[in-house]
Amino acid sequence: MKHHRVLRIAAKLLIPFIMLFGLYVQFHGDFGPGGGFQAGVIFAAAIILYALIFGLENARKVAPTRIVTMLISAGVLLFAGVGVVPMFLGANYLDYSPLGATQQSGQHIGILLVEFGVGITVAATMIAIFFQFAGRGRDE
Amino acid sequence: MIAPHLPALQVVLPLIAAPLCVLTFNGRLAWLLALLVSWAAFAISVALLLQVLAAGEPITYALGGWPPPWGIEYRVDILNVFVLLIVSAIGAVVLLYAYRSVEREIAPDRQHLFYAMYVLCLTGLLGITITGDAFNIFVFLEISSLSTYALIAMGRRRKALTAAFQYLILGTIGATFYLIGIGLLYMVTGTLNLVDLNQRLADVQDARAVLVAFSFVTVGIALKLALFPLHLWLPNAYAFAPSAVSAFIAATATKVSVYVMLRLVYGVFGVDFAFGAEPLGMVLFVPALIAVFAGSLVAIFQINIKRMLAYSSVAQIGYIVLGLSLATQTALLAAVVHLFNHALMKGALFCVLGCIFYRIGSVRIEQMAGIAREMPWTMAGFVVAGLSLIGVPLTAGFISKWYLVQAALEQGYWPLAVAILLAAPLALIYVWRVIEAAYLQPVPAGREPVREAPLVMLIPTWILVLANVYFGIETSLTVENANRAAALLLHGSW
Repeated sequence: MKHHRVLRIAAKLLIPFIMLFGLYVQFHGDFGPGGGFQAGVIFAAAIILYALIFGLENARKVAPTRIVTMLISAGVLLFAGVGVVPMFLGANYLDYSPLGATQQSGQHIGILLVEFGVGITVAATMIAIFFQFAGRGRDE
Repeated sequence: MIAPHLPALQVVLPLIAAPLCVLTFNGRLAWLLALLVSWAAFAISVALLLQVLAAGEPITYALGGWPPPWGIEYRVDILNVFVLLIVSAIGAVVLLYAYRSVEREIAPDRQHLFYAMYVLCLTGLLGITITGDAFNIFVFLEISSLSTYALIAMGRRRKALTAAFQYLILGTIGATFYLIGIGLLYMVTGTLNLVDLNQRLADVQDARAVLVAFSFVTVGIALKLALFPLHLWLPNAYAFAPSAVSAFIAATATKVSVYVMLRLVYGVFGVDFAFGAEPLGMVLFVPALIAVFAGSLVAIFQINIKRMLAYSSVAQIGYIVLGLSLATQTALLAAVVHLFNHALMKGALFCVLGCIFYRIGSVRIEQMAGIAREMPWTMAGFVVAGLSLIGVPLTAGFISKWYLVQAALEQGYWPLAVAILLAAPLALIYVWRVIEAAYLQPVPAGREPVREAPLVMLIPTWILVLANVYFGIETSLTVENANRAAALLLHGSW
C-alpha cells in the first residue's frame, strides 16, 4: 500500500477517531445505545484498518500476539472477577449492589466494569482472529 | 459463610481458572492450577450432595440476587447433584492422568491452552447440569461444545481436524435446534426458568408451538447425546482426540446431554405430555434399541480400538435412552445408574488406551498384540473395565443392566429383556478381541519392546477401574440416589 497516499493519509486521520468512538460506545453504553461487544469490535476495527494499510508486521508491533492473548484472558477474568467481589461482601455471585454506596450506584459500577471486560476480550479476540487469518502461510 | 455460595462456586471456580491457565504461558503451572480447581470442584459437588441429602429438597441460588423466575436460578436437586458428582469426579481423575499424556501428545507451546480449554469444558458441563434456566443451558452447552471442538482438534493426527469440524457442524445443528425449541417455548410461556416453564406449560399444552418446540428440543438434544442415527459425529471425535480428552468427554459430555433430556422431558414437558399425549416413548425406544445392536455390531469390526470404544458408547447410550423411554420408576433408576456407571467404564477404558498410546504410539489392534506381557497392569485394567462394560456380576455394569432387565420385566416387555441379554455377548466379542490380541498373540515384528505405563497415569486409571468394581458391590451411593432421582422425575419430589 506504499503508493496509495490517499489511503494512507485517510487511514491515519481516521484511526484515532475510530478508537475514540470505540471508547465512547464503551463508556457511554450505560446511558445510550452501545456496550462492550460493539465497542470491542469498533476498537479492533482501528487496529485491523492499520494492519490493512500499513502491513501485518507493523500491526503486530502495535499489538504483539502475546499481549493480545493476555488481553483476551484478562477481559474474561475481569468479568468473572467482578462477579466474585460481592460474594466477599455478603451478596450473591454477580449481585453488584454492594459495590457502591447505594444499590443503584453499585449496579452501575458493576455493569461498567463487566462491560469493560467484555470490550477488552472482544477487541483482543477480533484482532487475534484477523492476525491468524492474515498470517496464514507466512508464519509457518 | 461459604456454604450458601457452593452452587455458584461449582461453576465459577473452573471458569476463573480458564483465563488464568492461559496467562501462565506454562504447561506445568497451568496443569497445577487446573488440577487444583478440578479437585476443588469435585469437593464442592460432594459437599452439595451432602447438603441436598440433608435438606431433602432442592437448593436454589439466585445469580445476581435476581429472584427466580426472572433471574437465572441455579437449582441443585438429587438428580443433577448426582450428575455433578460424576462429571467433576471424572474431570479431576482424568486431569491427574493428563499430565504425562499431554506432555507426549500436545506441542509445548500449546499445553497451557489445552488446560484452559479443559477447565472451560468442565465449566460448561457443570453449568449445564446445575442451572435451572433453559437459556442458560444453551449458553453452557456452547461453552462446553466450543472447548470440546478445540480439544479434539489438538489431536496429533491431521484427521483430528476433520473430526473436530464434523462435530462442530453437527453439534451446532443440535444446539440450534435446542435454541429454536427454547425460543418457541419462551414465545408461548414468557419464561425460561425450568420450574416455571413446567407450571406454565400445563395451561398451553394444546398449542401447536409447544409441540413444535418439543420436537426441536428432543431432536437437538438427541444429536448432542449421539442417539442412533444422530451419532455420526461421535466415533471420529473420540478416536482422533488426544487420549486425555477422549477419556474425559467420552465419560462426561454425552452423559450431561442425557441429563438435559431427562430434565426437559420429565421436569419441563412432564410425563403426561411426553408419554401420554405425545408418542415420545416409541420415538426414543426404537432408535435406542437399534443403537444397542448396531453400535455393538459395528464395534466388533473396528481396527482402531478407540473407535471401537466410541461405537460401544453409541450402544451404551442406547441402554440409557431405553431406560428413559420406558418412563417407569425402575427404568429411570436404571437409566440414571447407567449414566453414572458408564462414565466409570468408559473413563477407565479410554485411560487404559491412553496408557498404551503413550508407550507404543498407536491403538490399532495389530500393534497391541502381545502388549499384556509388557504392560500387565494396564491390560489388567482393560480386562476389569471390559468386564464391567459387558455387565459381568460384581462390576458396575451388571448393576445397571440388572435394573434395566427388571424394568422391562415389570412392564411385561419380556422380548426387550431377552434383547438386552442378547446384546451382552456382542460386548463380550469386541472386548474379547482386544484381550485375545493383547494376551495370546505374539508381539508383532518391528515393534520396539516397551515398559509399563508411568505410575502417574496408571494410578488414575486404576482409581477408575477399581471404582467399577466398588460400585458393582457397594451400590448404596448409586442405586439409592438414582432411585431418589427417578422419584423426583416422576413425582416431583424424592
